[in-house]
Amino acid sequence: MNKRNPPPSGLFPPLRRIMALVLRHLYLMRGSWPRLLELLYWPTVQMVLWGFITLFFLGHSSWVAQAAGVLISAVLLWDVLFRGQLGVSLIFMEEMWSRNLGHLFVSPLRPVELVCGLLAMSLIRTTIGVGGAALIAIPLFSYSIFDLGLPLLAFFANLIIMGWSIGLVVSGIVLRYGLGAESLAWISIFAVQPISGVYYPIDVLPGWLQVVAFALPSSHVFEGMRAVLFENVFRMDLLINALALNVVYLGGGVIAFLAFFNNARHRGQLLNVGE
Amino acid sequence: MTDPVIRVVNVRKQFGDIVAVDNIRFDVPLGSTTALLGGNGAGKTTTLSMLLGLLLPTSGEITIFGVNMLRDRYRVLSRMNFSSPYVDLPRRLTVYENLNVYARIYGLPDVKVRLRELSEELNLDEFMNRPYGHLSAGQKTRVALAKALLNKPELLLLDEPTASLDPDTADYVRGMLERYKARTGATILLASHNMSEVERLCDDVIMLRAGNIVDRGMPSALLKRYGRQNMEEVFIDIARERRIELGLDSRKVTK
Repeated sequence: MNKRNPPPSGLFPPLRRIMALVLRHLYLMRGSWPRLLELLYWPTVQMVLWGFITLFFLGHSSWVAQAAGVLISAVLLWDVLFRGQLGVSLIFMEEMWSRNLGHLFVSPLRPVELVCGLLAMSLIRTTIGVGGAALIAIPLFSYSIFDLGLPLLAFFANLIIMGWSIGLVVSGIVLRYGLGAESLAWISIFAVQPISGVYYPIDVLPGWLQVVAFALPSSHVFEGMRAVLFENVFRMDLLINALALNVVYLGGGVIAFLAFFNNARHRGQLLNVGE
Repeated sequence: MTDPVIRVVNVRKQFGDIVAVDNIRFDVPLGSTTALLGGNGAGKTTTLSMLLGLLLPTSGEITIFGVNMLRDRYRVLSRMNFSSPYVDLPRRLTVYENLNVYARIYGLPDVKVRLRELSEELNLDEFMNRPYGHLSAGQKTRVALAKALLNKPELLLLDEPTASLDPDTADYVRGMLERYKARTGATILLASHNMSEVERLCDDVIMLRAGNIVDRGMPSALLKRYGRQNMEEVFIDIARERRIELGLDSRKVTK
């Protein structure tokens, strides 16, 4: 019998493994400038588009004129949700594209740690992408979303958590049904955009749809954003609703991902990853 | 007598109507190099995948280092490793970056020292900083082997370790495995189609056909039993079901 390996390095093992996974994707980002550019590109294009729409509406809409930053804030916060979801799904699909899942799943890395690594990378990617666009908006449109102050953190946290939840479900579906389902990563989130009240208040929606809308954490966030911008009031009730819903959403996302993972183990899809 | 490193008891894997592995049962003793042989679709990769925990059996029990792999696989995964042509490493990461990430996942105490050792043992120095995707098949195999040996595994599972390699590189890999085993006393289970590799490396052979174990023994014993000169001829005899013609019984081998 050969001697047992010496004890592993000091860091708390799950944290060490999560950090290793993050390092893997930071290496990937560092080695590919198109990937870095892509992070900034879409949020910036969207911000510029809605910036000019804002300039136009300032002279044509009394609603926008009351709070000039409402549309830019909305598009930047929407991108937190979108980038949060995409960050999880794309990072997971990177592992599938590179046929690396087999190596990962026979290593000591647990599925829950993989999930934590995905969330950490999503946070980094979203911060770079949306943060960069938000900074560009300051000189371009003389608008700083950072003026929202602490509520911005609450909005950001709630939207990214909702994005993670959807991203985990999408990743699970791609694992279960193969890379043929990868387009879900790009389109799934847009199903919730019309009922999240990103650019308009929820009361615009028909009554029955408002009920559906308020089952989404994002609706509470965007209503909360408008309350801050129009009334200068931070609605704690909306924050609590969003947080409570997000607990359910994130729990559901993690459970769904682990269930798909378990199903993939039954079907032998961890080794033969493909379309 | 020490406990076997691997114990497989009545393991069955069914995909819909297809039985890929049919109630197999075998032990792999400590320090042995055992081959899983069989034609395409015999169940070798399915068996290896179940041993690794990548695939869950329909029924049966798998124990590695005395630990139930269906319940507690994370207790032993750091003591084993694997290599397979069905998986790859991220192509855009350099060799160093790939090995560094896995060294950290396995929690190696001194990553730099271990990477230097592996680089010397496997001659990785010249392409350590090149993207993995830019390497030749032979270089990639050496990197995959380096990844498989990172944590100095006590159990190494290898699926076709020299598939698609030129004879020189294949010989290099076999030599590396021999040296690793001589140095560490590791247990190796490999699936292969290369009979000269099996004769050279293995002291035990498990023959699979259609998901069943149809024979088992040392290469020399199998050669004698089938009256053949080499393992390739034995393989063909078994693959073409010539056991009965040769006067050998047709029942399943279960141990």
